[in-house]
Amino acid sequence: MSSRKRLKIALVGNPNSGKSSLFNCLTGLNQKVGNFPGVTVEKRVGYCTLPDGRNAEIVDLPGVYSIYPRSLDERIVSQVLLDHRSPGTPDVVVVVADATNLKRSLLLLTQVIDLGLPAILVLNMMDLAARAGISIDIGLLSSKLGVPVMPVNARRGTGINELKTLLTQPVHAHESPIFPIREEVKAPVKALRDTLGVDNDYEAYLFLEQPDSLVFLSPPDRDKVSAIRTKHDFFPGKFQGAETIQRFGYIQNLLNAVTLKPADDAWKHQSRAIDRILTHRIWGYVIFFAILALIFQSIFAWATVPMELIDELFAAMSGSLQQVLPAGPLSDLITQGIIPGIGGIVIFVPQIAILFGLIAILEETGYMSRVVFLMDKVMRKFGLNGKSVVPLISGVACAIPAIMSTRTINNWKERIITIFVTPLMSCSARLPVFTILIALIVPNQRVLGLSLQGIALMGLYLLGFAMAIISAWVMKKIIRMRERSYLIMELPTYRWPRWKNVGLTMVEKTRSFVFEAGKIILAISIVLWVLSSYGPGDKLTRADEYVAQETSTISLTEEELEDRVAAYKLENSYAGVIGKSIEPVIRPLGYDWKIGIALITSFAAREVFVGTMATIYSIGSSADEGDATIRSRMRAEINPETGGPRFTPAVGFSLLIFYTFAMQCMSTLAVVYRETGGWKWPLLQLVYMTGLAYISSLVVYQLMS
Amino acid sequence: MRGNVRNVAEMKPGEVGVISGFEDQHIGVKLMEMGCLPGSTIRYNFKAPLGDPICVSILGYDLSIRLEEAAAISIIS
Repeated sequence: MSSRKRLKIALVGNPNSGKSSLFNCLTGLNQKVGNFPGVTVEKRVGYCTLPDGRNAEIVDLPGVYSIYPRSLDERIVSQVLLDHRSPGTPDVVVVVADATNLKRSLLLLTQVIDLGLPAILVLNMMDLAARAGISIDIGLLSSKLGVPVMPVNARRGTGINELKTLLTQPVHAHESPIFPIREEVKAPVKALRDTLGVDNDYEAYLFLEQPDSLVFLSPPDRDKVSAIRTKHDFFPGKFQGAETIQRFGYIQNLLNAVTLKPADDAWKHQSRAIDRILTHRIWGYVIFFAILALIFQSIFAWATVPMELIDELFAAMSGSLQQVLPAGPLSDLITQGIIPGIGGIVIFVPQIAILFGLIAILEETGYMSRVVFLMDKVMRKFGLNGKSVVPLISGVACAIPAIMSTRTINNWKERIITIFVTPLMSCSARLPVFTILIALIVPNQRVLGLSLQGIALMGLYLLGFAMAIISAWVMKKIIRMRERSYLIMELPTYRWPRWKNVGLTMVEKTRSFVFEAGKIILAISIVLWVLSSYGPGDKLTRADEYVAQETSTISLTEEELEDRVAAYKLENSYAGVIGKSIEPVIRPLGYDWKIGIALITSFAAREVFVGTMATIYSIGSSADEGDATIRSRMRAEINPETGGPRFTPAVGFSLLIFYTFAMQCMSTLAVVYRETGGWKWPLLQLVYMTGLAYISSLVVYQLMS
Repeated sequence: MRGNVRNVAEMKPGEVGVISGFEDQHIGVKLMEMGCLPGSTIRYNFKAPLGDPICVSILGYDLSIRLEEAAAISIIS
């Protein structure tokens, strides 16, 4: 029914209140991740059809305890709820409460009611409340609060249809506030209402309280709010404590009236027993490291099968299209630029999906907060936060979602340090580079039953992690910041994960990676294709003739000739010209212009190194023979100055170190720009990491050669 | 001799106290928003293996706070 207005619903609630489960129940797969206009925070939006045929748009807002934000992702809640004049203003605010902890959950509800927004209270986790022996007079609660109350169990989906029916009925905003604003602030609130025409006193009061949440106002209007704040000596935060106490006083009276039977804590015994093991001073860490090992195992062993399939699929696609399409620059662009570009993105999907599936399980069960609990003290020594553990683990798959997950860190300095060092964690894009170089320079032998190549790979991961930690420690010493760091975090009761939530998280994270990072990787791979397919002068267009002249004295098969033409083209392309011009800079590291081309092309994305190597060493036409061919060609490459092999151990290790430390990922820089709101941090990161890579590789090469 | 004003950081595992106030208003406001109000009981459950942070129970749920924050919560025991 497109003629009828679509209902806009906002979901708010405490962290761990089962809000996301409810969101998934209401919308299923019909959801997407977008951005809030003007701000960089992710917006989860889903759609559902109500029983009256109307369409509802549901926004899942980050979990908060009150309307006063403590971190970047929490601020979005007040930004949405304070803005009553935009097309995005919710028609109904659904406040999701954990029925086992009603007192804490109701604080936010009373604030939403006082903002004058039509509200519905959903009592979630009714199964646990029943287990805890809690009994509430829901009818009385609803009439006393003046808002509809709906008990549900989002994990099982009970009460969802009733909730949908309730949403079709008009919800009225509350008339009288639960917390009337204080006498002292009446003057500035009146001044603000007269100037901006804000709906009610509490909303106006919050405009004065939260200068940073007013992103939706025009700059002149924001100036007006600041002027009123100054004129009336209004200090944000002054009465926040008093307001909280007063609201909880109201809530306690309400609960005294509606609670038929209070909670009996015995039901938590099981969870407490699990905690005794999982936070044990020895077993706690043993289990944590075992879980980490499992995560690595799954990324590196289980993901390889689908990754190889994807690789073959895209190679086959390129190959068959090359035969179907008429020859020309456009079909070259498609088969050599766009399809391998898309393939380069899709190949990481298995790793990202598996990693985020596992992380979602850890979050769903409540284990992730125990990891924060276990690691906080160690992380703080290095200027990080217990919550930095999640981004650092995620960084092993891909820095982009890892950096986005730092938003939960409420201290600015700790968050910046986490963002800054996360790209030093070896992401999956480095893996193909590591694999091929290690195979080239580390003998395939076993020492004490361990594969030397495996040890080398492990060593590179540890090196990246060590450098991330050391860099964090250095930054902690450098950045001067007197912002209090704190960790006040609920340790939720352990629960079995809900597989639907895990699945949806995997889909959502993968989808946003493919589209966000994909756009950039694809664009860069097209640019690189152009740079390596065109060059100054006529050398490229007449490459066939030049090569034929050069090789007229030796007899070559058609394939060998094609390979030589491809290599000749690359050497004389713009990419080749650039590679040659940077040769003086990279020579001290042991690299020649050919490796220079690979360094340039892998600036967009590291894994491009392998493809570039394949082209440079003229095996483009037989790339489907796989790594072995690239490796043997690289091994056969001669350094004309020494007469020995080009890829000596010194060069190989120098390259490995370079790829471990260097910032060679446009998408990461773009995400850091977005997350930090400027070019300062991405540029610092680029200079720091590239400098670190250069110096370390220089030292390694000079020492080894 | 210890005075009768103590804070949560000085409690022993398993001990229960009643919150009397906050040394630090900044932290106090955040704790109060999570239901950690003056007059309510707080139980010290256990500390993290490295001694910090600690796990306490308030309002029937478990909360992780650092020793620094725990020291800001005054109790009567």
